[in-house]
Amino acid sequence: MIFVFQVGELVRRKGSVGEKRMAVKYVWEGAIPLQIHLHKSEVASHPPPPPALVLAPRIGYLPLLVHLIKPYFKDSLPPGEDSIWFDYKGLPLKWYIPTGVLFDLLCAEPERPWNLTIHFRGYPSNVLIPCEGEDSVKWNFVNSLKEAAYIINGNCKNVMNMSQSDQEDLWTSVMNGDLDTYTRLSPKIKMGNIEDEFSRKASVSSPQSRQGGTEIDVAGQVKTARVPVRLYVRSVSKDFENLEDVPEMDTWDEISYLNRPVQFLRKEGKCFTLRDAIESLLPEYIRDRAQRSGEEGEQRTTDASDVSQETRGELKLVRIQGIEMKLEIPFSWVVNNLMNPEFYLHISVLVKEPQR
Amino acid sequence: MDSAGEVLNDGKITLEGFTVAARAFADKWKRHNLSFPSWSWVPLINRTLLKKEECYLSLEKIIILSSLEGSAEEESLGVTADWWEKEESIDHTVLNVEDEAHYYDYHIVYSASYMVPMLYFRGYSSDGKPLSLDVIKRDLPSSSVSLLLESKWTFITQEEHPYLNRPWFKLHPCGTEEWIKLLSESSSSDGCQMPVELYLVSWFSVVGQVVGLRTPLEMLI
Repeated sequence: MIFVFQVGELVRRKGSVGEKRMAVKYVWEGAIPLQIHLHKSEVASHPPPPPALVLAPRIGYLPLLVHLIKPYFKDSLPPGEDSIWFDYKGLPLKWYIPTGVLFDLLCAEPERPWNLTIHFRGYPSNVLIPCEGEDSVKWNFVNSLKEAAYIINGNCKNVMNMSQSDQEDLWTSVMNGDLDTYTRLSPKIKMGNIEDEFSRKASVSSPQSRQGGTEIDVAGQVKTARVPVRLYVRSVSKDFENLEDVPEMDTWDEISYLNRPVQFLRKEGKCFTLRDAIESLLPEYIRDRAQRSGEEGEQRTTDASDVSQETRGELKLVRIQGIEMKLEIPFSWVVNNLMNPEFYLHISVLVKEPQR
Repeated sequence: MDSAGEVLNDGKITLEGFTVAARAFADKWKRHNLSFPSWSWVPLINRTLLKKEECYLSLEKIIILSSLEGSAEEESLGVTADWWEKEESIDHTVLNVEDEAHYYDYHIVYSASYMVPMLYFRGYSSDGKPLSLDVIKRDLPSSSVSLLLESKWTFITQEEHPYLNRPWFKLHPCGTEEWIKLLSESSSSDGCQMPVELYLVSWFSVVGQVVGLRTPLEMLI
């Protein structure tokens, strides 16, 4: 299933409730076709088993697919206990990163199906934190939810106060990709949200309004708020024509991972865009605004501006939920529609390094 | 007097505040904790990110001698491998044959989400193999182990180091700002804000004890 839709079109229709439901529905239905190969060192049968074909939900996690994959290989495995992990072209995959994010980050040129290797032995515990199946993934999910709550509300009481059964049901709805149940339960999480740029509703008195780091202006519009963001930055040293020319990743040290909230600012008459959000996290990639918008106010010689262009880094590609984003889209729309179920917005960025 | 907004009323601290507090902490440690190696300030300079204020504090290769017989009730020697090489006078034959040297690295990293510092640590044996949490618990002061079992304030989890792509252990941050606030209120009679230079010292005076690292009283002045 290939996830494509016209983001611009939805935004132009001014984010009514109906459209929002549609965008979130697309996010939840997004999936990556996987072709999973058993690592050759673990093939104990002849002929070797064919690869498993699995459709992986974007908002899900690889360990949750094991029950679908294992039947393909269980007869081929050598004796012993399972300790399951995945790799992509030799790179051990971090199991706590949502599958869609891994795909967007590691495949500059999207590979369909995505060829992964599964291992049942030899867990690389010097590089990967341990995973004990569904429990580990759930623990990670709840922890991320608490962290997001802390960022948005200033504390994680909303999550701590959820009943055990509500927490269970919430997790199950995520595991099963059950958006209807999730939607029914999410008001119980009491997570504040950012007003869409186009919405005129004042959120001061509603139980959904944010506390913590939020300022609300005279009109009841949220002025500043902290937004949970996880930014994954991959850099290349040389420019490239096609995405397939982007070199492969050998280690996770090639990615800069920023788990840092974005300070959302609403200024009178100005829209806080996705670009603004990313630039606040990566200031060294700020393009000269005069050059970008073609203003003529500043006096610059052609030579000087050329040099400064090269020495600065450049945002080449920004992907969220598999969509290549136009950076001028209002950040509030991006957050409200494209975030993951734990209320984090995961952004994969490909940059060209500044010349030094 | 701390610059506006660095240490917040609720016990949290900004990144700028953390940077100031960390340097002050490292300086005081060097001056008052002569038997220990110093903390170093490790910048996060890599290919994509040039933000020099993104740094963490690092104290590495602390040796804890672990007797294989029982738990390390005796005070950890807290010396590093380097220090040992320099100090010729230490009688190496004193080392019991059953003792095993465990090495520990400690990193103090700022959490932008929780707006408080966090302690990451890991243990490894002389061949570099990582120590499991069960083994590490035996090196912790016995008071910590019972605290870990009872208290919800201190809680050790295995997580990925925020910058090093390796599994480390982390002390759970929940509640940090609450007890920092308590410390701050109880130490000031006129209701003044805790000076930012003392933030990490105060924080570490509590957190360090969990992992057996003592903060000399002189640092708290």
